[in-house]
Amino acid sequence: MADPVIKSYTPHHESQSAAVTESFGARSVLMIVAFAFLGIFLLLPLIIVFNEAFSKGVGAYTEALGDPDTRSAIRLTLLVAAISVPLNVIFGISAAWAIAKFEFKGKAFLTTLIDLPFSVSPVISGLVYVLLFGAQGLLGGWLKAHGIVILFAVPGIVLATIFVTFPFVARELIPLMQEQGNGDEEAALSLGANGWQAFWYVTLPNVKWGLLYGVLLCNARAMGEFGAVSVVSGHIRGLTNTMPLHVEILYNEYNAVGAFAVASLLAGLALVTLVLKTLLEMRYGAEIAATRGH
Amino acid sequence: MTTAPAKAGWRFRQPSVIPGFGLTLGFSLAYLTLIILIPLSGLIWRSAALGWADFWAIATDRRTINALEISFGTAFIAAAVNVVFGTIVAWVLVRYNFPGRRIVDAMVDLPFALPTAVAGIALTTLYAPNGWVGSLLAPLGIKVAYTPLGIVIALIFIGLPFVVRTVQPIMEEIDKEVEEAAATLGANRFQIISRVLFPGLAPAIVTGFALAFARGVGEYGSVIFIAGNLPYRSEIAPLLIVIRLEEYNYAAATAIAAIMLGLSFVMLLVINLVQSWSRKRYG
Repeated sequence: MADPVIKSYTPHHESQSAAVTESFGARSVLMIVAFAFLGIFLLLPLIIVFNEAFSKGVGAYTEALGDPDTRSAIRLTLLVAAISVPLNVIFGISAAWAIAKFEFKGKAFLTTLIDLPFSVSPVISGLVYVLLFGAQGLLGGWLKAHGIVILFAVPGIVLATIFVTFPFVARELIPLMQEQGNGDEEAALSLGANGWQAFWYVTLPNVKWGLLYGVLLCNARAMGEFGAVSVVSGHIRGLTNTMPLHVEILYNEYNAVGAFAVASLLAGLALVTLVLKTLLEMRYGAEIAATRGH
Repeated sequence: MTTAPAKAGWRFRQPSVIPGFGLTLGFSLAYLTLIILIPLSGLIWRSAALGWADFWAIATDRRTINALEISFGTAFIAAAVNVVFGTIVAWVLVRYNFPGRRIVDAMVDLPFALPTAVAGIALTTLYAPNGWVGSLLAPLGIKVAYTPLGIVIALIFIGLPFVVRTVQPIMEEIDKEVEEAAATLGANRFQIISRVLFPGLAPAIVTGFALAFARGVGEYGSVIFIAGNLPYRSEIAPLLIVIRLEEYNYAAATAIAAIMLGLSFVMLLVINLVQSWSRKRYG
């Protein structure tokens, strides 16, 4: 005699009852609208970048990337990110420590100020440095007298990049460190650790994934910034052209393959950023602050 | 920075055993001041030094007014479009299960990660009269690239994640029991969405709109390729700032920038008021 088949119990409340979801028709329409919208506005632009980059074949693509001006644009972009991201990491950690670990007057105002660069147009972020360091600028005469070049050179590009990527690390770490509280550090200190040890062995391991998340977004913006850098760069080929600026120059010269070849590298960077970001959210979602976006 | 309290009643900071307050706050303030505050106050100082008559002449210049109208107008339309479609996208991502949901969800952040210049040339190529989308619209007499409509398209791309990422977490928090309760009380699906769900989402939708709008007003990289940049017609305010700078007309560039900052500030203020109103009304 066969054993009676024991049916597994499926909890009823998990299935969606008609009352709390839309009819099949309405759901289909909403999904089609959403997919069509995302397809047209997000997927197509991404596809066309690679399509145009390879439109004349792989040979033309690699040739475009081998161009000396393109090479120097890639080097400059890497250099600018290598300077501005670590500086903003140091600032982000420092600001998060001060804001999350202590209670002091004016804290909310300081937090607002840190977010300020996000509400300023990138062009204005570049303009403020032109007004400061330009020939007619406040410090222009002094800089010229001392032979210091900031504008239309690498220092200006780095400054503008720091400005636009300023909040990324800080705004990731502040809510995360606030949520974690001071208990772990206080325990470490009471066990005889000094401040640096408490930070290095207790705080940093606690926030490492959130920090990485912030660095990822900061780096993507640093390498991709256009408006602010465009204003301060001076567009000198081979010298002060970052990758996004080089894309513009090639595109305006009707060199579509060249422009899209460089653009495809930046799009590749964006895709890698998105994949890493999603992996971090999936694996360490709880250890990354609930603030998503940007 | 750790000043001893002058009176017992008021202290700058609460006492704590954690060290490093002076160092970290001092460094943060110094860095913030050097990178952000001094350059920005330089802008305000320069525009204040202009004098009222000069400032007024630049502000009321036909080209300035048109550029500001175009920037704020197209950003408003794009943010409104994003509110509708962004909310639908968020709803589909939160409520429906379908294969590849994670990938679609990750894709929403593409505009954050893709450099604006790349988005600009990609959208222009798509919407040019001989492009994949442009060639479909051309027979209908719709021109997108090199018109204000192109600006709207670029700003929709840029602003979409702001709406989705603001509305999505609030949707995830909605307790289904509220909907079930409404259903047992006899409400139909449309009534539940408009009377029960929407009021809870309204503040988030307003915030998403504000963020997308603010970003759109200042956007430069993705717009200048697709806009055509005709003065008085498809020239955005950030581009006019760049043009004035290239003419070494620092006064005009500064004035336009100050007007943009001022308008954005007023806008954020209004939106904050609307938000607190909608929170009181619906919250």
